[in-house]
Amino acid sequence: MPEITREQVAHLARLSRLALDESELDAMASQLGVILGAVAQISEVTDAADVPPTTHAVPVENVTRPDVVVPSLDRDEVLAGAPAAEDGRFRVPRILDAE
Amino acid sequence: MSTPPGGDLTRLTAAETAEVIASGQASAVEVTRAHLDRIAAVDGAVHAFLHVDEAGAIAQAEAVDAAVADRATTTGALAGVPLALKDVLVTRGVPTTAGSRILEGWIPPYDATVTSRLRAAGLVMIGKTNMDEFAMGSSTEHSAYGPTHNPWDLGRIPGGSGGGSAAAVAAFEAPLAVGTDTGGSIRQPASVTGTVGVKPTYGGVSRYGLVAFSSSLDQAGPCARTVLDAALLHEAMAGHDPLDSTSIDAPVPPVVEAARQADVRGLRIGVVRELAGEGYEQGVQERFDEAVALLQELGATVSEVSCPHFAYALPAYYLIAPSEASSNLARFDSVRYGLRVGDDGGNSLEQVMSLTRAAGFGPEVKRRIILGTFALSSGYYDAYYGQAQKVRTLITRDFTAAFETVDVLVSPASPGVAFPLGAKLDDPLAMYRQDLATIPSNLYGGPAMSLPVGLSEGLPVGLQVMAPTMRDDLLYRVGGALEAALQDRWGGTLLSLAPELPTRQSPAPHPEV
Repeated sequence: MPEITREQVAHLARLSRLALDESELDAMASQLGVILGAVAQISEVTDAADVPPTTHAVPVENVTRPDVVVPSLDRDEVLAGAPAAEDGRFRVPRILDAE
Repeated sequence: MSTPPGGDLTRLTAAETAEVIASGQASAVEVTRAHLDRIAAVDGAVHAFLHVDEAGAIAQAEAVDAAVADRATTTGALAGVPLALKDVLVTRGVPTTAGSRILEGWIPPYDATVTSRLRAAGLVMIGKTNMDEFAMGSSTEHSAYGPTHNPWDLGRIPGGSGGGSAAAVAAFEAPLAVGTDTGGSIRQPASVTGTVGVKPTYGGVSRYGLVAFSSSLDQAGPCARTVLDAALLHEAMAGHDPLDSTSIDAPVPPVVEAARQADVRGLRIGVVRELAGEGYEQGVQERFDEAVALLQELGATVSEVSCPHFAYALPAYYLIAPSEASSNLARFDSVRYGLRVGDDGGNSLEQVMSLTRAAGFGPEVKRRIILGTFALSSGYYDAYYGQAQKVRTLITRDFTAAFETVDVLVSPASPGVAFPLGAKLDDPLAMYRQDLATIPSNLYGGPAMSLPVGLSEGLPVGLQVMAPTMRDDLLYRVGGALEAALQDRWGGTLLSLAPELPTRQSPAPHPEV
């Protein structure tokens, strides 16, 4: 059964930008261990066989459209749904860390 | 046209409703008001809706009435019929939350293609239905806004993730609803509420404007009380859309014609050996076996078919879907829409993003994001995500081989009847097993339907029909024939056996129809 440590969960939480608290990290580590243990059985059928992967149910490729200008969403309507807007743009917190 | 005693407009099928409106027996506004009153009376107990758009619905209904009065304008086959939309489809000017706090209060600036097509077809959008957050769940208990209750027993789950859409239809709050099905979210709710639910062929219905969960599996489809109603809605919402690059550029299969044909004579039906036995309740298995015997009486040829890799569908799904979800949900970054937490002038964008996502996502969504991030991370990708995609190939081969000897496959739609609220909330694996029978079709991409075939312990049981890709019409042939034969035996619909719901207030009187 695959082990998943609390430190691994904390690392994955950082990668996925989730500020999990201590109790969430504990709960998640044990639940993920159980789930990964249950899904590991797929290697029973895939290890031996030389099987190509399927990424999409219906294979389609190179879907193109004419390169013409079409109306885009109304800027004010879009910004009205944003948590913060300023001067007709999305307002974001500072993007560089203090140090 | 016959209307039920007392002229209760909420008890009509969608097909009958459209006829009543087109012939002038009732106006679209009267029909809409009747459903809004029904929602006001019972939705406090059921909680199928997250938002009811009363003003918008009345305005749409008035437009239909004007078109009916003006005989020069032709109206569609479902003009004036009330519709409930799962809250995962964006609606311009009407709140869309996907069942999450992170989108609370967001008003989308555009319509999903499904939304705009159904508006154009004259359907009256009365509201948005409850769901597990971002469609992750099998009970609606993972909605950030509280669970929906099963109209058959308010202490039980309505299925999920589209429990709100199924419950709205079962509780006569709307004759039609739209759901989405990534691993069974239309069919399992249909199964446990005694309604009809269809997952069309992947690519058959546009995903444009559908808040993405697992893009290679997500598919919107119809929820209804009859097979014909489901077909009418299927036809109205399906078809090629240039705004979705995975949309299939081919004619919509003749689903309405097939539902009316309702004939299984000469059809070869395969019972999937692996979707039975352990994990399936005895009462479910009994109703299923009776329905299969009935199909044989109706002239179908029934045989048992083995799909050996179906046993691996559930574990493969719980790697593929969370992987795609972890990527899709990266868009909830506290910048463009929804919630923002911790923007105090000191925190950086990255800190605000992490705090916002921690506050805005519920436990099941966090679990799947972490699981998906793990399955996609370097060193584990080949062992997990890569292997799961190989299983997908093996399952597709099982379907392809089966369809060389039979026309459709059947199984129970859900391993059990509706369970009590809270029963599986602390055991993610037990919850995931609800989708045992429905997931194979999502991985393969083919269409599948659940329709009611009886009761076990007083609760509905659903039968699933699975067909080859772009043969959605076969579902309706089987569904239509089975429904007609069962209703002959029951002397009416299964839903007519459901207990009366408690009403909060008596609805306003309506003009006689």
